[in-house]
Amino acid sequence: MRVSIAAAMLIAFGLIRLPAERAIEMQHRQEHLRGVELNLDLREKIGQLGFVAALSGFRSIVADGLFLQAHVAWERTEWGRVLLLFRQVTTLQPRATLFWDMAAWHMGWNASVAAFNDRTQPRLALRIKAQREYFALAKDFLERGIKNNPDKPQLYESLARLYKEKYKDHEHASEFFLKAAGRPRAPSYDRRFSAYELSYCDGREREAYERLRQLYDEGEKERLPTLITRLKFLEEKLDIPPEQRIPKTERLNR
Amino acid sequence: MTNDETNLNDESRTVVAPYRAFSFARIAAITTNTLTELTRQKVFYFLLIFALLLIGSSAFLARFTFQQEFQILKDVSLGAMSIFTSLLAIIATARLIPQDIEDRTVYTILAKPVPRFEYLLGKLMGVLLLLAISILVMGAMFVVVLYVREQTALHETARQFANAPRDQLDAALRGLRASALNVDILPGIIIIYLKACLLAALTLFVSTFASTNIFTVVVMAVIYFIGHLQATAREYWLQEHTAGWMTRAFLGLVALFFPDLQAFNLIDDIVVGAAISLALFAKTAAIGIFYTLIYTLLGTFVFYGKEL
Repeated sequence: MRVSIAAAMLIAFGLIRLPAERAIEMQHRQEHLRGVELNLDLREKIGQLGFVAALSGFRSIVADGLFLQAHVAWERTEWGRVLLLFRQVTTLQPRATLFWDMAAWHMGWNASVAAFNDRTQPRLALRIKAQREYFALAKDFLERGIKNNPDKPQLYESLARLYKEKYKDHEHASEFFLKAAGRPRAPSYDRRFSAYELSYCDGREREAYERLRQLYDEGEKERLPTLITRLKFLEEKLDIPPEQRIPKTERLNR
Repeated sequence: MTNDETNLNDESRTVVAPYRAFSFARIAAITTNTLTELTRQKVFYFLLIFALLLIGSSAFLARFTFQQEFQILKDVSLGAMSIFTSLLAIIATARLIPQDIEDRTVYTILAKPVPRFEYLLGKLMGVLLLLAISILVMGAMFVVVLYVREQTALHETARQFANAPRDQLDAALRGLRASALNVDILPGIIIIYLKACLLAALTLFVSTFASTNIFTVVVMAVIYFIGHLQATAREYWLQEHTAGWMTRAFLGLVALFFPDLQAFNLIDDIVVGAAISLALFAKTAAIGIFYTLIYTLLGTFVFYGKEL
């Protein structure tokens, strides 16, 4: 009898706590917590055991386990497996920039080089195609990572590096370094790197010059060798009057 | 008055002490006794496993970059803290009442003027104290290992960036510090403790009507899994109106019967650098305490009707 009354009291308690629980969940969502929906799609991705563990509140440990497996797959150069495992890892821990970054690095820098140097594929065109597919996978990881972590500068920087080093697209590289610079706790060099990249873009030299000059005028801290080299290059290219140029004696070797 | 009469009056004065309906001293005595019993059952062995896990994973992770190492170390340590405290809360609490009934200790205690709620509260407090000691020790071990690794990483990074511009060195060191030990971990550890308290109180409630402690542990394992899905069931119940009435009734029961354990899983996000706001921490802590109180009261209610 008492157990039945207790069960009824439990339901009444449930009704009382319902608004409080919903308020907490709303706040979780506002603060970008609970970014993972535990649904059938996730179960297919991470397997039954991983799903049960994720359900039990050990999502991050499952993600770490899969990350370690991905590391082993990388050592064995099993690129398909690396991709699959990183997709699972980033699904489980979308707030960990480290995982997005590592996934993009493996795809953009390791798998792409392996595809280009693949001796089993004699046709260069197909090797280049495979390489570009890996670049695209790296870009996709970084873009999705940014979508999940819009306030962290690291992934913007990584995407900028991908554009710079792999796509040789300085305009986009500059854009993403600038976006990184605008995030909270961004390193001060992001602004400088953005200006450097802009200085390589045809047709945007004037804008690049103004930004580099502004940095130069901020003081000794910003007057680094690359900045001075790019500034002198643009002064020549834009034919800046001698009196407006930086001193020729500006040291390059600090 | 004879000498004998005087002695009798003195004795009766000492024997008839005023009875108090609620006594902290009685609860404290039961708490201390419960803690001693649990300690004698060598429950602290899991701390040794935790230490080995911590040191072992720390040595194994040396092959990764510092950021990767810190992230995995924090995940493993905090995950282990969570699972050990949850297991301890369930297993230690499940055997409290059945053990006392088996040993007949409960009859000795309740035959004295000790109300049943004091007995139950004392038992629960003993477990909560044990959980507090465990989490303090695990937390201290974790902080020491992470601090030592952080210092090593800082020195190594400073050495590697010796010739780099100052702002790059600062950014590298800042990134390293952010990925290692930070104060946001503390609320996460407190929430792990509160989740364990909730589980202990719920286990105590289940054990008041359970016939064996195996039954209690099995029920609690089921509650643990469903509790982590309660939020999904609740949202579906409240928002999805196209589902059949049976589905909705079932989901409603899940939402009302089970605690939302997912609300206490802040660690997954804290380890990746998400800062938990004070308001969210306070709300989560408040609901954790509220759950613990309610389950204790329900347990007391059922225990009063239990035939011993």
